Amino acid sequence: MKGAFITTRFEHMLGWARKYSLFQYPFITACCGIEYMSTACAHYDLDRFGAGLTRFSPRQADMLLVVGTITQKLAPVLKTVYDQMTEPKWVVAFGTCAVSGGIYNNYAVVQGIDRLIPVDIYIPGCPPRPEAVLDGLIKLQEKIQNERPEWRWRKT
Amino acid sequence: MAENLSRVLTERFPSGLEVLSDAPGDETVAVGEAVLLDAMTWLKGRPLDYAMLLDLTCLDERPLGRGFTMVYHLLSLSRNHRLRVKVALAADAPAVGSLTGLWKNADWLEREVYDMFGVQFTGHPDLRRILMYEGFEGHPLRKDYPLRKRQPRLKERTPDA
Repeated sequence: MKGAFITTRFEHMLGWARKYSLFQYPFITACCGIEYMSTACAHYDLDRFGAGLTRFSPRQADMLLVVGTITQKLAPVLKTVYDQMTEPKWVVAFGTCAVSGGIYNNYAVVQGIDRLIPVDIYIPGCPPRPEAVLDGLIKLQEKIQNERPEWRWRKT
Repeated sequence: MAENLSRVLTERFPSGLEVLSDAPGDETVAVGEAVLLDAMTWLKGRPLDYAMLLDLTCLDERPLGRGFTMVYHLLSLSRNHRLRVKVALAADAPAVGSLTGLWKNADWLEREVYDMFGVQFTGHPDLRRILMYEGFEGHPLRKDYPLRKRQPRLKERTPDA
């Protein structure tokens, strides 16, 4: 195409590239995992949104899915996994337990993973339906699209 | 069967054993702390043959004016019969003999009871917490453990507004 050109802002292009290539690290501890599997498999198909590639090392992932109850005993493990992920990284609290501790308001359970690590998207539900998960993912993509480059560095 | 069982038990242990229930399927005996190991050894052997320790747990009955109560569930595979054995323990510094010498699986079960209730098992080879983490103070299933007491393992951050 001789003489043709496009203009865009750099952040806009970066956000567009990032939001459709989310490498996910599923940190699954409880029954929400069943809904995660359902969402990830062919019927609901997380891959349609570019988030289909599951990594089994946090160093290769940029979306941490915290799926299920996080106990106090497990807290250092989750923190280590988060710290091992390279920037840019996003965290999804999947299900009521990860969001707030849910029904487990007791001595053993962390009352929401945002007490340990920064969270970008909260998906409530016990467990959330796959539609809710997809909705959460789309909202995360909107957030990534509108992120300023320096936004992440100020946060932690 | 049930009548027969309570007769056999009271004959073998005239003191230190009390039949709490002989309803079929709900046979329960209370055993004194001193005779627990003797009684369990005998129950495991012939003729009753309670070869399997199904479960072992504890009750904090101090709000009822009693102490702690250990509860053991036994199963005889050869006779297809179950028996519940209860042992009353002191309200302060509860302690009881360990059954690890009789049943290997008592090891972890007793560690759980130690972790949750603070019962000391004398003779246990490795009595330390099994569920809660190092540095956790107190025993969370005791009735006097505050319901809303939290002991975060990591320092908690303040969530974003």
